[in-house]
Amino acid sequence: MRFIDEFRRSDLAQKLIARIKQKALSPARFMEFCGGHTVAIFKFGIRQLLPPTIDMLSGPGCPVCVTDNSDLDKAIALAQLPDVIAATFGDMVKVPGSHSSLQKAKAEGADVRIVYSTMDALQIARENPSQSVVFIGIGFETTAPTIAASVLQAEQEKLDNYYVLSLHKLTPPVIKALLDSGEVKLDGIVCPGHVSTIIGSSPWEFVARDYGIACAVSGFEPIDILLSIEMLVSQVEDKAPKVDIAYRRSVRPDGNRRALELMDTVFEPCPARWRGIGPIPDSGLKLRREFERFDAELAFNVDPGPTYEPKGCICGHILRAVKTPMDCELFATLCTPEHPVGPCMVSSEGSCSAHYLYGAAYEP
Amino acid sequence: MSRKILLAHGSGGKLAHDLVEKGFLPAFRNPLLAKLDDSAVFEFKGRLAFTTDSYVVNPIFFRGGDIGKLAVCGTVNDLAMVGAMPLYLSLSFIIEEGLPQSDLEKVVDSARRAADEAGIQIITGDTKVVDRGSADKLFINTAGIGMVAEGVDISGWNAKPGDQVLLSGTIGDHGIAVLSQREGLTFSTELESDCAPLNNLVTEMLRASSQVHCLRDPTRGGLATSLNELARQSKVSIRIVEDKVPVREEVFAACEMLGFDPLYVANEGKLVAIVAAADAEQLLAVMHRNRYGRDAAIIGEVREEHPGRVVLKTKLGASRIIDMLVGDLLPRIC
Amino acid sequence: MCLAIPALIKSISGKEAEAEIGGISRRVSLWLTPEAKVGDYVLIHTGYAINVLDQEEALETLQLLEELSEVY
Repeated sequence: MRFIDEFRRSDLAQKLIARIKQKALSPARFMEFCGGHTVAIFKFGIRQLLPPTIDMLSGPGCPVCVTDNSDLDKAIALAQLPDVIAATFGDMVKVPGSHSSLQKAKAEGADVRIVYSTMDALQIARENPSQSVVFIGIGFETTAPTIAASVLQAEQEKLDNYYVLSLHKLTPPVIKALLDSGEVKLDGIVCPGHVSTIIGSSPWEFVARDYGIACAVSGFEPIDILLSIEMLVSQVEDKAPKVDIAYRRSVRPDGNRRALELMDTVFEPCPARWRGIGPIPDSGLKLRREFERFDAELAFNVDPGPTYEPKGCICGHILRAVKTPMDCELFATLCTPEHPVGPCMVSSEGSCSAHYLYGAAYEP
Repeated sequence: MSRKILLAHGSGGKLAHDLVEKGFLPAFRNPLLAKLDDSAVFEFKGRLAFTTDSYVVNPIFFRGGDIGKLAVCGTVNDLAMVGAMPLYLSLSFIIEEGLPQSDLEKVVDSARRAADEAGIQIITGDTKVVDRGSADKLFINTAGIGMVAEGVDISGWNAKPGDQVLLSGTIGDHGIAVLSQREGLTFSTELESDCAPLNNLVTEMLRASSQVHCLRDPTRGGLATSLNELARQSKVSIRIVEDKVPVREEVFAACEMLGFDPLYVANEGKLVAIVAAADAEQLLAVMHRNRYGRDAAIIGEVREEHPGRVVLKTKLGASRIIDMLVGDLLPRIC
Repeated sequence: MCLAIPALIKSISGKEAEAEIGGISRRVSLWLTPEAKVGDYVLIHTGYAINVLDQEEALETLQLLEELSEVY
């Protein structure tokens, strides 16, 4: 398949690995921000191929993992309303809230439908005019424009039974919050390639400029990831941090202007609570006043009650990269993909899930 | 006959009898069934294999098959996986009130054709009809009986270090074909389910070699789950090479799009065989000659160290551990 | 985050297109990429094309890597 096979070529990967090994003389600690990168790195066995001088940390770039329990409870409460069809991406379905999950609510009779796209959610709305379709909007800047488009489309079609629960979050603010906390010492960041496809590579410049940390925007194929690590290693060895683009076929400095316009038309930044990190100003998205009528929080009165955090769960520390899954007492004992305690285990790209499924132990 | 299945069709009265005599009997045509006694009675000598299964696939019609074909093939294959020659099946229908009669007829016809291909007879059955909403259109339960010849001992406990792992063809076809027709995930493809009876393939393999140690059909949970089961049962480790596992381009593309791993997607017409190394090439040749084994490949080997573990060597040369499927495969955005 | 795969635009109808990858096709939305043309490769994320892939850049990256000498 074009643009996939070429970027999985083993011969090119070996060249990059050799170069990395040659260049990475001093110990360096890099963070892959994005959960998708964590999964790709495990799936292709990249950690195994890197020299021991490089330490890879997983970051908080998992929109499911960072959804606060109170927001999850809200989504579940909405799904449980009569005449409401909750449409959601598959990622959210098993995440445990304070008392339940979308999947459990579905088993108890709530109408929860898994969709691949908001296009499918709009179709459900068209086919069920007497019911309200609430789309559970999670995701970062890659996904938010698609939800914005769905709202505009619903407006065009005068669909009056389509609503969005906006739990969308923005990525540069959380990186800044992480770096400001001083909890983690990093030499470089593998920046999210699809978020950057939308927002461009320029939003990451502050990381190199103000914090002296190397940046490389990476795609999700092994060649992209290895190339980005090679770029980070070069920047570190040259002591010249900047924002390199390894994913040139998709990322430009200014991003996708049309997508950014759509996002800006429908949404505006607002404060948001990040699970395990706490509130970060201007890090979430909410529907603008002109689109209020699509806002599920305003249209429906739900009070999910007090939030309950599971004891012993250190997802917060893992998301902030101060601990790893192996540091958690519950990891692989009480907390497994089948009986997850926290979101990092249930989300398919949560750090704990990746460690559990792909095996923390590697073989020579 | 009325156009839709009614509750009365399951109540044992006239409509129910009509269904059996005008619907099932002519389709399944055999003297044991025709007796219509409460139980089928037959002679037997030797070792019996006995299996049961229930089929609840949604949608009930999919490209490459339907729930009827699935029910027969699935049961036949369970018998074949212990080296048994499948003989008789029972077929029980639980029908949701309102199912169009033509749908039932299609399913019965598919079951018949699958049974004919496998060379087995459906000798007893049952029909129940439940209220609308109590069953998702149609559920089928089966039980299967087969005969295990003397000297045949195929079991998940028999894998030995040094054995080779053979796979009969491409993985993930069934799961993706079925998924492509579910609401909310529609994409179009020519891809068909691989649903097929494998007993003839197994017979040919057993004729060629007495060193087939294990057989398994990787249905729900996919190849990865089956390999894990075998590794645990036999207390060995299994190492497979990603490059050698055949996957159709469409399956690969669909998995990339939805975020699945083909190793975990269901198959309904494939088998994994663990065989003595000396017979591996010969068995591969036998499989290639069978219509259901054309894409067969040797995908790995059995080792002694780290019992219970399954390891995949990736295309880049790194190795990673593959566990069983946990929970359900859910499409993801991340 | 962000599963997105490269697909080929086979036909366009208004704001939607038929995109194909590896033999499977899906209707995708071009709301985020109105400039996409038939024959373009786009990245599909949750049913929307989020970008038109720059084929030249892709080739250049690959070429650069090919030219890397074997390092010992």
